Amino acid sequence: MSHFLDRLMFFRRNVDGFSGQHGTVTNESRAWEEAYRQRWAHDKIVRSTHGTNCTGSCSWKIYVKGGIVTWETQQTDYPRTRPDLPNHEPRGCSRGASYSWYLYSANRLKYPMMRKRLVQLWRAAKNKFGDPVLAWASIVEDPAKAREYKSARGMGGFVRVTWDEAEEAIAAANAYTVKTYGPDRVIGFSPIPAMSMVSYAAGTRYLSLIGGVCMSFYDWYCDLPPSSPQTWGEQTDVPESADSYNAGFIMMWGSNVPQTRTPDAHFMTEARYKGTKIVTVTPDYSEASKFADLWLHPKQGTDAALAMAMGHVILSEWHAKGRGEYFLDYCRRYTDMPMLVRLAEKDGKLVAERQLRASDLPGDGGQANNPDWKTVAINDATGALYVPTGSIGYRWGEQGKWNLEGRDGSTGEEVKPRLSLAEGGDGMAEVSFPYFGDRAPDFFNKTSRGEIVTRTVPVKTVTLKDGSTARVATVYDLFLANYGVNRGFGAEPVGATYDADAPYTPAWAEAVCGVPRAKIITTAREFADNAEKTNGKSMVILGAAINHWYHGDMIYRGIINLLAMCGCVGQSGGGWAHYVGQEKLRPQTGWTPLAFALDWHRPPRQMNSTSFWYAHTNQWRYERLSLGEILSPTHAGSLSGSLIDFNVRAERMGWLPSAPQLADNPIALSKAAAAAGKEPAPYLVERLKSGALQMSCEDPDNPRNFPRNLFVWRSNLLGSSGKGHEYFLKHLLGTQHGVQGKDLGEEGGQKPEDVAWHAEAPQGKLDLLVTLDFRMSTTCMYSDIVLPTATWYEKHDLNTSDMHPFIHPLSAAVDPAWEARSDWEIFKGIAKRFSSVCKGHLGVEKDIVLTPLMHDSPQELGQTHSVKDWRKGECDPVPGKTMPAITVVERDYPSTYARFTALGPLMAKVGNGGKGIAWKTEAEVEFLRKLNGETSVPGVDGKLARIETDIDAAEVVLSLAPETNGHVAVKSWASLSKITGRDHTHLAIPREHEALRFRDLQAQPRKIISSPTWSGLESEEVCYTAGYTNVHELIPWRTLSGRQQLYQDHPWMLAFGEALCLYKPPVDLKTIAPMLGTRSNGNKEVVLNFITPHQKWGIHSTYTDNLIMLTLSRGGPIVWLSEVDAKKAGIEDNDWVEAFNINGALVARAVVSQRVPEGMIMMYHAQEKIVNVPGSEITNARGGIHNSVTRAVLKPTHMIGGYAQLAWGFNYHGTIGVNRDEFVVVRKMAKVDWLDGPRLTAPDADLQAAE
Amino acid sequence: MLGDYLHQFLFGLYPYMCAGIFLVGSLIRFDRDQYTWRSGSSQMLRTSQLRWGSNLFHIGILFLFFGHLVGLLTPSVIYTRFVDVPTKQLFAIVSGGIAGTICFIGLSLLLHRRLFDPRIRRTSTNADIFVLILLWVQLALGLITLPFSLGHRDGSMMVALSHWAQYIVTFQAGAADFVKGADWPFQIHLVLGMTLFLVFPFTRLVHIWSAPIWYIFRRYQVVRRRDAASAAMDARRT
Repeated sequence: MSHFLDRLMFFRRNVDGFSGQHGTVTNESRAWEEAYRQRWAHDKIVRSTHGTNCTGSCSWKIYVKGGIVTWETQQTDYPRTRPDLPNHEPRGCSRGASYSWYLYSANRLKYPMMRKRLVQLWRAAKNKFGDPVLAWASIVEDPAKAREYKSARGMGGFVRVTWDEAEEAIAAANAYTVKTYGPDRVIGFSPIPAMSMVSYAAGTRYLSLIGGVCMSFYDWYCDLPPSSPQTWGEQTDVPESADSYNAGFIMMWGSNVPQTRTPDAHFMTEARYKGTKIVTVTPDYSEASKFADLWLHPKQGTDAALAMAMGHVILSEWHAKGRGEYFLDYCRRYTDMPMLVRLAEKDGKLVAERQLRASDLPGDGGQANNPDWKTVAINDATGALYVPTGSIGYRWGEQGKWNLEGRDGSTGEEVKPRLSLAEGGDGMAEVSFPYFGDRAPDFFNKTSRGEIVTRTVPVKTVTLKDGSTARVATVYDLFLANYGVNRGFGAEPVGATYDADAPYTPAWAEAVCGVPRAKIITTAREFADNAEKTNGKSMVILGAAINHWYHGDMIYRGIINLLAMCGCVGQSGGGWAHYVGQEKLRPQTGWTPLAFALDWHRPPRQMNSTSFWYAHTNQWRYERLSLGEILSPTHAGSLSGSLIDFNVRAERMGWLPSAPQLADNPIALSKAAAAAGKEPAPYLVERLKSGALQMSCEDPDNPRNFPRNLFVWRSNLLGSSGKGHEYFLKHLLGTQHGVQGKDLGEEGGQKPEDVAWHAEAPQGKLDLLVTLDFRMSTTCMYSDIVLPTATWYEKHDLNTSDMHPFIHPLSAAVDPAWEARSDWEIFKGIAKRFSSVCKGHLGVEKDIVLTPLMHDSPQELGQTHSVKDWRKGECDPVPGKTMPAITVVERDYPSTYARFTALGPLMAKVGNGGKGIAWKTEAEVEFLRKLNGETSVPGVDGKLARIETDIDAAEVVLSLAPETNGHVAVKSWASLSKITGRDHTHLAIPREHEALRFRDLQAQPRKIISSPTWSGLESEEVCYTAGYTNVHELIPWRTLSGRQQLYQDHPWMLAFGEALCLYKPPVDLKTIAPMLGTRSNGNKEVVLNFITPHQKWGIHSTYTDNLIMLTLSRGGPIVWLSEVDAKKAGIEDNDWVEAFNINGALVARAVVSQRVPEGMIMMYHAQEKIVNVPGSEITNARGGIHNSVTRAVLKPTHMIGGYAQLAWGFNYHGTIGVNRDEFVVVRKMAKVDWLDGPRLTAPDADLQAAE
Repeated sequence: MLGDYLHQFLFGLYPYMCAGIFLVGSLIRFDRDQYTWRSGSSQMLRTSQLRWGSNLFHIGILFLFFGHLVGLLTPSVIYTRFVDVPTKQLFAIVSGGIAGTICFIGLSLLLHRRLFDPRIRRTSTNADIFVLILLWVQLALGLITLPFSLGHRDGSMMVALSHWAQYIVTFQAGAADFVKGADWPFQIHLVLGMTLFLVFPFTRLVHIWSAPIWYIFRRYQVVRRRDAASAAMDARRT
């Protein structure tokens, strides 16, 4: 009643005593305890997850109280695993648990916002013209007006606008761009669909309906290991984290599992309890090394040397000695090692060329179908050549022989292929191999031993179709020779002992990478010994740290080779665990129709981001890496041009996609074709051939070829992933930037051959940058329009991961706060507005879409044996063969919204599929019509399934995908069975009648159903592991040989010396010399290698502006330095330091730590430019981000296309955005200027100062 | 005339207003606003200066508080049995002067800290600052009275003040007349002293009510029983 009166109990308070009167029992009120109970009480718990790019995909309980999200805790109701396997739960890390802070933080975006100067221009233009499209035209076509708002990007000045106004401006800009320049000038960037599939699909569905371009992320983030498509024809497929528990020996190589895979790390630590040995390979003393039995620390970037030396040991002690029947049997069945390779004289030296094909043999080896694409081996029993089944030629054009049963393709007999020609060959030959170790830049350990090494290889002479003879060798023999393994052939002096100084002995590796030879030998022996005893249960968990190097694919292939030679790939507890960013989109084939509007139009426009940004942010104009530095010594002078030239050639030949595609508006082109009375495709080919029409890539700086509109959602492109950040600011956005270097024109450097050079590089190519986010990120700061989106606790969506086999929901625990809307609702709104705004400007239009020779399509058998460019007259332009395929797509622009919200007729008419497997899906379409309700769309007869809400969209994904619908799973396996000639449906039949609905997932995470989209199984017997169905179901890898392709025989692979894996040192990007000592601030300068690992104090690679994380860390940007370097430069812990090179500059506080080895500076990924960042002494602008000192550099071998596994696929294969070969000058700052006052200098003065 | 009225108001009526608000206000706040019943320590934000300032201040102010309490309210018939009035005054002047100086040093430290430490200043309410200033002025005035007291060696002023106080607390008429003609520092000191009681329930001063002295005498372990009150609470919850 009254607190005061209740306490008036002096005489009856103490009612009892105990423990010899040391304690007392009182009568005091306990009502106050209620307060603590209320503190942790809540109204409801909702299951959601974090749609972030950490691959975690953890189920979380979201607590709601009074309509407010209060906190989150880990869910613990995962389905149990098997009795012999630890359970998955609880998943989630303490960083994820800090997420709810964002919902109501000051960083939260609450209203649509637009840059003030643009609002003023827009309102004035709207008043004047009335029509939004004309109004937009009047702004962007006036250089002064365009400059006015573009140059203010990143300078603040946002004002609130209504959704109505924002949608109208965006729709008008899109309609104007489609009409004036073409739909492929409207670009969308959003990464990692698996983290929130419906939100991703919302934007890409809109873009795909209007013909816009969807940008890849995986390659751009440099998470794509090109070695994976090279070896397996697979983007990346990895074991689930639980499979670590099955391993007997684990190497964690450049992957910091406890820090960046926190919810999964427990399987690794649990494996240790049952005796699994852990070896970490990481140059810094990372958190992972705490768990290691042995910590190896090679100099960063030289990991390939370590891998090669380990391979040398294993090959020497097992393969060369004939030890390990399991290894040999595995190599015979599952790798291309028995395949024959042609040897050819080149400049007086014998070098390995391409793999022998059936078409080389008399009578095409008995193969009528695709003999160019069938590899050849030797029958061990008879010594005769034969064409084994399973190579990629069997995949297309015939059925039933694409399998790994090891049969002769002509006779159908089972044949054991011969691995080595050491017996039954025609003697030995001296074969030359390239060696790159002498090319190391100063910082790395350079060798000087000559660029060509010669090895003795057993060969055989074969008679070819034309009657000539050629010498051939098996991949196996070449492979061992390349490793410098001493097999006792001839007078072979190399590799006689491990102490010999020859590539790739442990002694050689010790000199190059710094790891003591004894440790290399021990690790290799234990790795292989375990694999031999367990049939392949040796695992390598590898990560971004080694993938982000220019020659990262060599490091990766070095590791893949170890696994292949020990038979680990495709075995539970073994193999290749690349835990980097791909976040497996489990129900992929159900999702692609929704995401790319395949239910309405095929094909969509997709683009590889690395090449796109390289071209359109003009990073190519500053390219300092010349071809001569990377070309193989065995093929010197065989190719010419600069890196962008190779990309342009790849685009022309249909290897890589283009965006924009053609220099003319494709809608206008189709009209012109019609006017000329011609079909669009021949019309286009004719004009391209004559030179009357150019591809956009040939002149990226021509205003006709600019990307005009860019949507960024679910991403922090400018604050995180934008390699060459300052080039983005300068050329794409046209605003204040920190680029310090001069372009090739100013420097008088070697200019590209195939790209038009404009004396003046354009600035501000982009007319409109729209970002959707729930927080004011760095990207938002640079945008023209910012749209507030729902957080992960405010929307319905789907989420899956590599790391476990469950599918998770994101759920709306509360409605989007303030005026925020979900991504689905935002793009739906834009689509609606676009549909009305475009009227009078766009109607039903014919759009001409170019697509490259796609992976997993018959076009992957596009171009064999030689590289021919039609532009140079080397061949005719044939769409889909020697140039991109041409398709005419009819778009009904005013029906964009109606189409967006309905499941289009193509699903029933054409069917669905993925990865080269197709199936009919009418039943699922019919089901969706009943489940979601019906709607009608103008111009379409009959009723269509409705996709109104985000849950409707999720149901479309779940119903169409084999992983979440058992009926579809059985259909898809049956479809694959026809191609392989083996029945695989038993893998899904037990779960045929299971179908997951969205509400099921909200009840509990559900395990997905096995499907042929993936190479592992979801079963009760075995953990998901990559390559499992290849090994156990005998489904070929999607490579040239159908086996793990360890020999890459494309002409460009040979030219760059990468047929076989070898050690390539990092490349010299030459960004230091012009800056070192030339811009002194009086403090000492040191040059350090710039490394950007993932966060400890951030939600994976994205969210570091969280107050809780900032408080736990240092409250702003930090870089890590070694004690030695800090001493050299006179830097103390917590000093402000600046790191810079010709790409730009960044400022941060120094963390001086024993963790870091000398010569390295580490900056955690994506520390926001907007939190506690002072001005740079170099650029006179605010700070910079980690990508301010980087620039993307392309590698030509990643551009190869139309060649079996080397064919382009979205997020699958292509150029990657490497950034670890970069060096920076580091010094203590003399003056820390917070730039708190008003801006004193005009933008132009800033630009001058920067230049 | 007005002066008389004002004097009567300040020293005859104002004391009762202050006392009433002090008692009723404290009661209401204690009952209605339990989470605000606290000292509002800023030790977490900055320890430096607080340790010296707070300890000196509290030692001084406690002595002064009890000195005033005993000195003013003890009837003269009782203490004159042990000590004569001039001696008692001298004792009060000396001990109060020492305690006042200690308290003044501490309070000045606290006030400086509160005003000039940016973290403390940002987290201070107006009332926090007001109370400190009020105390500081009151203390200064108290120290200023010392020379005046030395001018009344006979202790007549002290006796007049204690009569006033005793009349007030015993609800006798004519209390204000005792302090008529007192030196100005005494009068202002009295008014501010009463004002302290007036603002007491609205500030962090309420923590004085809850000074944890019982802690010193309690048993090692205290167990609260689920008694009738708790049971009622349980019933409410279900």
